[in-house]
Amino acid sequence: MKIHYGTAIAAVALVAVHVLMRLTQGFAESLEYESVLANYKFVPYAIMLELILVLLSIHGFNGLRVILLELKQGRIYEKAVSYGCLAAMIGLIAYGSRTIIVVNMGLV
Amino acid sequence: MAQVSSIAEEQASTPLSSSKSITLRISRYNPKHDDSSVFMEFTVPYQKWTTVLEAILDVKKHFDHSVAVRYSCRQATCGSCGMMINGKPKLACFTKISELNSDVITVEPMSNFPIIRDLAVKFERMFETHHKIKPYLIRDDTELESDAKEFLQSPKEVEQYIQFANCIKCGLCNSACPTMATDSSFVGPQALAQAYRYVADSRDKGKDSRLKMIDEPHGIWRCHFAGSCSQVCPKGVDPAMGIQLLRGYLLGFRS
Repeated sequence: MKIHYGTAIAAVALVAVHVLMRLTQGFAESLEYESVLANYKFVPYAIMLELILVLLSIHGFNGLRVILLELKQGRIYEKAVSYGCLAAMIGLIAYGSRTIIVVNMGLV
Repeated sequence: MAQVSSIAEEQASTPLSSSKSITLRISRYNPKHDDSSVFMEFTVPYQKWTTVLEAILDVKKHFDHSVAVRYSCRQATCGSCGMMINGKPKLACFTKISELNSDVITVEPMSNFPIIRDLAVKFERMFETHHKIKPYLIRDDTELESDAKEFLQSPKEVEQYIQFANCIKCGLCNSACPTMATDSSFVGPQALAQAYRYVADSRDKGKDSRLKMIDEPHGIWRCHFAGSCSQVCPKGVDPAMGIQLLRGYLLGFRS
C-alpha cells in the first residue's frame, strides 16, 4: 500500500509541473496537432509524460484492485483481480508509451 | 427440584410496577431452522434507571424465556452484551432506556458477526484475530530474571498506550466498522487497536513481528478511517486513532 501513497504524491507533483507547462501556451494552442507532436519530441518532457503515465496507471489500477478485493473475498477471486489489474496496467502503459515511441521514431 | 420450580414460578409472577412503558422489538432468529429474522414486540415497563439489558431480562422473565441473549457483569466490564440498539452498536447493560428518547426500542444482534441465536453472536473470529496480533508483551527476558525486577515506565510512556488497554473485547467497534461489513477477511479495528497497544508499549520488543502481521492485503490498509469504531466504543478507546498511529510506524514516521 506504500506504493499507492508514493505514486499519488509523485503524480501530484508531476501533474502540477505538467499543468504549469501547459499554462505557458494558450489552451487551444497547446492541443494543436503540431504542438502535441513537438511536446512528445522534446525528450525531457516526454520522459515526464511517460512517468505520469506509469505513476497514474500504478495508482489507478492498484486502487481498482483494492476496491474489488473489498467487494468480495476468496483465493481464486483475489488472484484473478490482482493479476487482471496488473495485466490491464501493463497494457495501458504499453499503449501510452507506444504513442511517445511512434512520434519519436518519426512514424507519424 | 420442587424448590427451584417454585422460585421460577414466584419470579414469573412478580408484578410489573411502573407507570411508563416502551415497546421492545427483539430480533428473533435461529440459523438452524429460520430463513430470516423476525421481530417480536413486547411492552415493557421501565424506570429512569432501567437499562436495555434489564428490559430484555424482563421479557425473558415475564413473557418469553426463550430469548437468547449473552450477558454477565451488567456493569460494562465483561463486554458480553453488545447488540444493535435502535440501529447502533451498544452495550445493553450500559444503555439506559430513558436516554434513548424513544417509545420503541429495537434490539438486534451485532452486525458483522455470525448469529448463534437471537441476540447472541459468535466471537470466534474476533478472538482469533485478537490472538493473531499476539496481545501480550514479547521479550527475551522476564521480570523474574531481570536485575531490575520490574520493567519501569515513565508516565509519558504509559500515556502512549494506556487508553487502548481499556478494551473489553465487546466487539462493538468491529460491528460498527464499514470495512468489516464488506471485507470478511479484514483484521478489524479491535485487533488493530490492540496491535497498537503493544507496539506502543515501551516494554514490548515484538513491534516488527506485529507490524509484519498487519501489513497485509486485508490488514491495516483496508481501514478507510470512517471513525465509527471510535464513536461506539463504550470504554472511550479510539481504535481509529490507534490505526493511524500504527500506519505512522509502517510509513516510517514513528519508530
